Amino acid sequence: MPPTYSDESRELAFQEAIDSDRTVEPRDWMPERYRSTMIRQIAQHAHSEIIGMQPEGNWITRAPSLRRKAILLAKVQDEAGHGLYLYAAAETLGVERRELTDLLLAGRQKYSSIFNYPTLTWADVGAIGWLVDGAAITNQLALTKTSYGPYARAMVRICREESFHQRQGFELLAELSRGTEAQHEMAQDAVNRWWWPALMMFGPPDAESPNTAQSMAWKIKRVSNDDLRQRFVDMTVPQARALGLDLPDPELGWNETRGHYDFGPIDWEEFREVVGGHGPCNLQRISVRRAADEEGAWVREAARAWEGRQQGRMSAA
Amino acid sequence: MTAQVAELSAVDLHEAALELGDDCLVLSHRLAEWTTHAPELEEEVALANLALDLLGQARSLLSLAGEAEGRGRDEDRLAYWRDDREFRNLLLVEQPNGDFAVTMTRQLLFSAYQELLYERMSSGTEPRLAAIAAKGVMEARYHLEHARLWVQRLGGGTEESHRRMRRALDLLWPYTKELFEPTEAWVRAADQGALPPLSSIEGSWRQAIQAVLESSHLEAPPFSAWQSGGRRGRHSEHLGHLLAEMQHLHRSHPNASW
Repeated sequence: MPPTYSDESRELAFQEAIDSDRTVEPRDWMPERYRSTMIRQIAQHAHSEIIGMQPEGNWITRAPSLRRKAILLAKVQDEAGHGLYLYAAAETLGVERRELTDLLLAGRQKYSSIFNYPTLTWADVGAIGWLVDGAAITNQLALTKTSYGPYARAMVRICREESFHQRQGFELLAELSRGTEAQHEMAQDAVNRWWWPALMMFGPPDAESPNTAQSMAWKIKRVSNDDLRQRFVDMTVPQARALGLDLPDPELGWNETRGHYDFGPIDWEEFREVVGGHGPCNLQRISVRRAADEEGAWVREAARAWEGRQQGRMSAA
Repeated sequence: MTAQVAELSAVDLHEAALELGDDCLVLSHRLAEWTTHAPELEEEVALANLALDLLGQARSLLSLAGEAEGRGRDEDRLAYWRDDREFRNLLLVEQPNGDFAVTMTRQLLFSAYQELLYERMSSGTEPRLAAIAAKGVMEARYHLEHARLWVQRLGGGTEESHRRMRRALDLLWPYTKELFEPTEAWVRAADQGALPPLSSIEGSWRQAIQAVLESSHLEAPPFSAWQSGGRRGRHSEHLGHLLAEMQHLHRSHPNASW
């Protein structure tokens, strides 16, 4: 008879493996809470890619040059690809894409709150590329070393494409910033609106972040919210200067002692409002997803019926 | 270059490239409208692929049209600063997306046409058109394959999908005659061997479509009130709205670069 292990001893062995920087693979034993945390996090990430297609997709049909139209279309397509890839990573943990989609549509799983802000002008496409993708990369670079193997490997690939997107966003804004007066204003207005929400993307301050301690112990999370936020600010301030655009924070300044940029207080009330479902576009984003799902139901059903018939024919032959 | 091979005039090359380029530009735009509304995620990726391929072709063809014209109009000048009466695309490609059955039917009808066209164009006498076609034919083949698979699935899927497919065919069939009505510039381009005579591909197109419809339990509508005029700038009501959306931002900043 093979020896049986108590959950407790398995959990100890699991933690030891994590501590010695071994990755967790789909067939390894893992604590249920690790599994459910991982599913939730990967699903949330996948949902963010899919919902994130909406604010940028909003400008594809109005893109002001054919070159920009091609770049934007390809970018939004990449996001759909990332979504697919991440859902597949979640499926290695024993859930199905359909279940996760249903949870999203029922409002029981979240996506990044940043996408609940509207894209009001063309410059918002650039601001999303530069700031939102910039923040996402900061986050995701840390996640390339996350303990769950399939997720870490997905991050490596996604980061490569995201940094491409970020450069394109920067370049789009640069063109606007040194363009006509109206274009420059458009760019500044977009940066004014996206800067603070981008800082909120790293989540609440460490002191108030309920999941951080366990996630750090399991090495799901390798760097804390506040540290990631600081990295992002330090990286972005010089870029803003290069763009000739101001960041909307009078307290922003280099702190010689800390060796970092200081920045002003974040409006966490706004963050809670948007996470809580009361942002400008929460309802819109989900209702677009629901409509696409409902209107596509007959197509998926037809494909299944056809597939079934083909298989029937093959086995009859 | 020998004297007896008459060259395609710049005016005709401009016109021909515009006709082909506008088809791609307008259909690409329609496909891009699906973004975030596709019936499944895989199809988001596929529809964007189609749209991107056609946009790439449109850019090459419009750039060529601008060069041939020699008045300094580039791809954006041609895409954003012409009104609907100056657009030369087929009526078929500007028809609204409708449901997924309409979109895939439109794609089947157009891609079958484009594949035959590009295949012959790629060995045509105008080197720049031939080069664009040689690259485009691979893409058209993939688009046709994608549309064919969906038409078969929908035609032979459920009662509802079958009903929607029949409705889509009724809706779009009237625009298919125009595919084979050449403009004067096209006739001259065909005389020079730069483009195939449309009569030379019509039979193959009918056969190809017929085969797909048969394998999808569908048939072409027996009669249609044929519509044409797109190649001469007489469009359906839909194109004006498409252009209004596509062009507004660009035109709002006349001297800007993007």
